[in-house]
Amino acid sequence: MSIEIQNINKRFDGFHALRNVNLTVPSGELVALLGPSGSGKTTLLRIIAGLEFAEEGTILFNGEEATHRNAKERQVGFVFQHYALFRHLNVFQNVAFGLQVKPRKERLSKGEISDKVHELLRLVQLEQLAKRYPAQLSGGQRQRVALARALAVEPQVLLLDEPFGALDAKVRQELRRWLRKLHDEIHVTSLFVTHDQEEALEVADRIVVMNEGQVEQIGTPEEVYDKPANPFVLNFLGNVNLFHGRVHEGAAKIADLSVDLPAYGEADGTAVVAYVRPYDIEINRNRQGSEEIEAVVRRIQGAGAVARFELERLDTREIIEAELTKERYRELGLRSGEKVFVKPRNMRVFAQDYQI
Amino acid sequence: MHLPGGATRKAKKITAATRLTEPAPVRWILTGTAFLFLGLFLFIPLAAVFSQALEKGVGAYFAAITEPDALAAIKLTLIAAGISVPLNLVFGLAAAWAIAKFDFRGKSLLITLIDLPFSVSPVISGLIFVLLFGLQGWTGEWLSAHSFRIIFAVPGIVLATVFVTFPFVARELIPLMQSQGREEEEAALVLGAGGFRTFFMVTLPNIKWGLLYGVILCNARAMGEFGAVSVVSGHIRGLTNTLPLHVEILYNEYNFTAAFATASLLAFLAILTLVVKSLAEWKVREQISAE
Repeated sequence: MSIEIQNINKRFDGFHALRNVNLTVPSGELVALLGPSGSGKTTLLRIIAGLEFAEEGTILFNGEEATHRNAKERQVGFVFQHYALFRHLNVFQNVAFGLQVKPRKERLSKGEISDKVHELLRLVQLEQLAKRYPAQLSGGQRQRVALARALAVEPQVLLLDEPFGALDAKVRQELRRWLRKLHDEIHVTSLFVTHDQEEALEVADRIVVMNEGQVEQIGTPEEVYDKPANPFVLNFLGNVNLFHGRVHEGAAKIADLSVDLPAYGEADGTAVVAYVRPYDIEINRNRQGSEEIEAVVRRIQGAGAVARFELERLDTREIIEAELTKERYRELGLRSGEKVFVKPRNMRVFAQDYQI
Repeated sequence: MHLPGGATRKAKKITAATRLTEPAPVRWILTGTAFLFLGLFLFIPLAAVFSQALEKGVGAYFAAITEPDALAAIKLTLIAAGISVPLNLVFGLAAAWAIAKFDFRGKSLLITLIDLPFSVSPVISGLIFVLLFGLQGWTGEWLSAHSFRIIFAVPGIVLATVFVTFPFVARELIPLMQSQGREEEEAALVLGAGGFRTFFMVTLPNIKWGLLYGVILCNARAMGEFGAVSVVSGHIRGLTNTLPLHVEILYNEYNFTAAFATASLLAFLAILTLVVKSLAEWKVREQISAE
């Protein structure tokens, strides 16, 4: 089922939580709502579930108006960050809950419910734990029970609120992959909230980047990562270095560097900021050309897949973060305190007044 | 060969154990003080009640608690508790449910008002009803013209009891329900359960022991309430005397055996309450440790 969200506005006691949010989720996709805390992503998810209501705007499920349907009527599956399992019911009873509260006409027989619950428990690999109570399960197991419970009612849409937020790193990674696999099997339209960009990039078909109640960009993981629409998206999806400069004769002048600004149309003298990812910073011991910045190595962290450098610019004393491959790191053989020449690649230039 | 090794191991064990607790004299003093206090203010008075009650033999004891006035007092106490406890159960549940699960204007005012009977002297509570419904009160003339009697009658006693006991259930449930949050209810709602179903299948099972605990405390207070009831009762023997008031009357008449015999009934009730309360607490703990 597709979801369309049109011009949604929501305020809490004067706080503008969502501002004119528009979003379309095509049927069968797995979409991530990504943003820092307070960006309105959970509020948007709860509005889609019918747990919260917007002051303005429309929600369409499969093209049908669903704005005023309550949570009970929306037929969505919702997975809460802290699982919200029924603590007085065991795993089996938790998963069966949604089937048992259906109106008598639609309700399955006891045997059918039992079969269905066991099938779901097999799907989430918890069949042998059917008699356990939530308190006797680990965090990862609880989250899988919550997922089975949400899927039991055969929802048209699956909504997950920070589904892995309360789990430790390793379990999180496993569940992430497992969720992706599950989605590929059952193909239910799914929307999950996360503040973890890595999680969004790894799991989602499409990412909706949100900030301060607004949608900043919608796109595939490659699109939002490689073609960020604005500095916020660029900044939020991974580390980034900032270089300040000004527009001069249709090019951005940043220290001794010049970056062409085709079709930018900014007046001369406009302040601009260039953004460069740490792995797009090239480091050399000797000057290679004129377009370089002089810096001193402050700290080197050699552990891990890449070597991380903290460099200090000689002209402005600003810190530059750089990532080098292990081979390049060994080849250069740098120590802290040494002078180097820095050459940024793939600079993305935005006008200064854009607020981050 | 074995002895020295064993001895050091034992010595180590003792130091490890003692490091985690206070030295023995401190422990003895603390436990001793607690027991001394309990003995002085609880066990000795309790023993005194029963010994005084049985001073003139079992026959006099039973005669004192089965005479018509005593039976009338027991009946009235049961009526007052029987009306006020269910009312406060419903009110407490509704108030706690509203406060813990919803946001609305005037929520903190409601919480403050629920505590009012705790912060006001029971005598004042009784006086409020006299001012409202007494002959010289605001509605007194109208009530007497229509021959309704509230003050110095059973309705007044019930009203005073309801007022004094209404915080118990709500106070017990509010923190419990607040700590449990709204997520389970929201989950039930999304799964297609309506309001009633959610309440009976999710909310109520989660609070049942806390609710029982609140009801027990509420009942104990309803049966034992003296101050507020004393003001509105008028002390009419056989008509408007509850058990605590009956005890006072007998005592003032120097009828000590009968006074203590009746008091022992209230003491029994207190002991029974304690037992049920411990059971409820034990159940609550069991529920928590299972989590």
